[in-house]
Amino acid sequence: MFSYYFDLALRSLKRNRVLTALMIVAIALGIGASMTMLTVLHVLTGNPLPGKSQTLFYPQIDPRDMADYEAGEEPPRQVTWIDGMNLLREKRADRQALMTGGAVPVQPTQSALDPFFSDARYTTAEFFPMFDTPFRFGHGWTAADDEARARVVVITNELNNKLYSGKDSTGQTLRMKDTAFRIIGVLGDWRPNPHFYDLNMGDYSGVESVFMPLSTSRDLHLPLNGSRNCWGRGGADEAHFENASCVWLQFWAQINDPAKVAGYRDFLEHYSQEQKTLGRFQRPANVRLPSLMEWLDINKVVPSDVRLQTWLALGFLLVCLVNTVGLMLAKFLRRSGELGVRRALGASRRAVFGQLLMESAVIGLAGGAGGLLLAFVGLWLVRRQPSDYAELAHMDVAMLAATVVAAVVSTLFAGLLPAWRACQITPALQLKSQ
Amino acid sequence: MTLHPLIAALSKHKAGVILIAMQIALTLAIVCNAVFIIGQRIERVGRTTGIDESNLFLLSQQWVGAPSGDDADSIAKLDAMQREDLAALRALPDVQSVSSINSLPLLGSSWNGAIDIKPDSKKAFGRTTYYFGDDQMFPTLGMHLIAGRAFNAGDVHNQGFRDQKDPDIVILTKVLADKLFPKGDAVGKAAYLNGSGKPVTVVGVVEKLQAPGLFNSDDTTYNSTLAPVRLDANFARYAIRAKPGRLEAAMRAVTPALYAVNPMRVLDDNSVKSFADIRHDAYEADRGMAILMAVVALVLLCVTAAGIVGLTSFWVGQRHRQIGVRRALGARKIDILHYFQMENLMIAGAGVVIGIAMAVGLNMWLMTQYEMARIPVLYVGVGVLAMLALGQLAVFVPARRASNVPPVVATRAA
Repeated sequence: MFSYYFDLALRSLKRNRVLTALMIVAIALGIGASMTMLTVLHVLTGNPLPGKSQTLFYPQIDPRDMADYEAGEEPPRQVTWIDGMNLLREKRADRQALMTGGAVPVQPTQSALDPFFSDARYTTAEFFPMFDTPFRFGHGWTAADDEARARVVVITNELNNKLYSGKDSTGQTLRMKDTAFRIIGVLGDWRPNPHFYDLNMGDYSGVESVFMPLSTSRDLHLPLNGSRNCWGRGGADEAHFENASCVWLQFWAQINDPAKVAGYRDFLEHYSQEQKTLGRFQRPANVRLPSLMEWLDINKVVPSDVRLQTWLALGFLLVCLVNTVGLMLAKFLRRSGELGVRRALGASRRAVFGQLLMESAVIGLAGGAGGLLLAFVGLWLVRRQPSDYAELAHMDVAMLAATVVAAVVSTLFAGLLPAWRACQITPALQLKSQ
Repeated sequence: MTLHPLIAALSKHKAGVILIAMQIALTLAIVCNAVFIIGQRIERVGRTTGIDESNLFLLSQQWVGAPSGDDADSIAKLDAMQREDLAALRALPDVQSVSSINSLPLLGSSWNGAIDIKPDSKKAFGRTTYYFGDDQMFPTLGMHLIAGRAFNAGDVHNQGFRDQKDPDIVILTKVLADKLFPKGDAVGKAAYLNGSGKPVTVVGVVEKLQAPGLFNSDDTTYNSTLAPVRLDANFARYAIRAKPGRLEAAMRAVTPALYAVNPMRVLDDNSVKSFADIRHDAYEADRGMAILMAVVALVLLCVTAAGIVGLTSFWVGQRHRQIGVRRALGARKIDILHYFQMENLMIAGAGVVIGIAMAVGLNMWLMTQYEMARIPVLYVGVGVLAMLALGQLAVFVPARRASNVPPVVATRAA
């Protein structure tokens, strides 16, 4: 029965090529546009650390003075040096890391390479195990290295390829800002999207090329990068940022047991109150503890243009579907005579309905194939855009399957009304009028 | 022509009529808003910066192994390095003038703060962006001074990049000056920066100077404050005006000239950028969005037109005999043509009425979700006319075919 209906559908579609082509093109355009934008959205709203993100939290506390105070306001999105260090020392979470961004002048020993500036991340040791960073060679540093302000560095695979043509460079010396560092690790391919741990660097930027202990970077006065907010008369030059009333560091905590999250929040609350008693904080305790995915929502990392374009594409699909419903209605009703004969010869309403839906499914399948092609073209166009997420716009297997399914389902849905109307034909009336 | 039979005929195929009307309504709603977004983006891209953009380029560079800039001694060294660079650039034959600068309009990286007419204010009165440059800033950027005076060499002093010291004098843009001093007498008055207690004197007003930030809303994008300060850091930016027609030659000459002064620096392909390129890059996303919206709107109109052609063709085929009968009873070809045109006008009319409501509703929803203004009536009006015209255009071919049905059809066997 299935193959018979399929054959009937093909014959019927061939009979009226222009109308068939119109329907297929409309479906292909709608599906192509929607799937392009949904794929971009899918990539941008992805989880940077699947399986791990629910255990990562970004504590926010409010150390500011009373100027411009408004109750219930969001606390700053970074922490001060003093608070970061205090939270780090308390070790109330399973793992924690304090970090900030920077840039270091790299002075390659190879004479063929000019000195260049490289993005750097200054962080404490637990960054690597907490974010499950893959290592190609070597390993991260230890808390003892943090303590000792060790001149050790972890570099990315990319920088390793550039400087050491991909060979195991651990143990080698890397000169940065006239200081010799020992390479202790080379990261494997790692590019969490978004760049969640410090969104000031550009939401979808790649990871920094150089990682070193935060204490070392402060010891050497390496240049900082990123956002800083100061209040009161607390501004200071970079060398004395430790005591400034400025937020400029990111603090991340890993809490494995969901039951302990509330406990950590209590700890932050308690800490804020304690600091207020000490006179360091002035505002009433105001703490937040968003999880990684909540943090991305708060920061609205998905560009609003992308969301707008997605809505536009879905609206476009809707119009294309309404259009297809209309054309299918015309097509099915035009065949009233043929359907009347089938009904008179004993075909049940259900059988006719099934036959017509099969025809919609064939259109959907053809439209889906066209849509897939258009989506690939669309994604290629997106990748040529200058935005920092452009290179991420690739279709994965899930989206590929979703494209075809969406095309068939939406066309079947569009075929329901026309097929139902066509089934209402009274066979006798049709036969008489012939 | 009486409308009664027309309406009676329409009620016989409700589903088709509703579908076409729906499609027209949806298309109108989406196209109106898409065109409105295109209009907004074009308006954004068309904003003027207030500077003379031709023959202007920017050089950004970093020194390797430069002093830290954290103490007076190293700041003096950095300043000497910067003055050496400026002298070398000014000596080039194709260069007209050079100024140290912290940023340029449309560049993105900006230094923002608050400005007020009262000291020690807790709540900022006005937001502003700061431009720091030397006395050559005016001739180099080509701004129009409309009151007071420009900076002269004696005004300029230098300070470390992270030094939060306020300048002694500033020049404001007209919009900012008018906001702070509504009487238009800003020159000679005192203003206070970033909630500080130290007065700074306004010495001049420029007609216009856009902020570097691209995402400033329209009411803050021209709030700029200029200060005669040469900032010292381990990097520096120089705004350079080439002699007329010598832009490319000047852009080629600057890199070797700076390397001759001091080779210990990072100067790569991205370091020298003409203002035309800065403008191009700044608005690339807006242009992309506008083009995408235009393509979608156009394709949408085509799809809708094709839908109308398809359904009307079907109706013409279905009513083949009735048309023959009408012709046999004396209707002229033109009557048949008008019948289908009128029918389409009624369906499209119903569609656009729903479409207007949907367009406004969609716009209101977009306003809550995104930074968007209320859609002007003009856009909707033009959209309505366009949809009605599109309907008439699409119906013409099938209606012509209908009008060519010969009267003899009526006599053929049913």
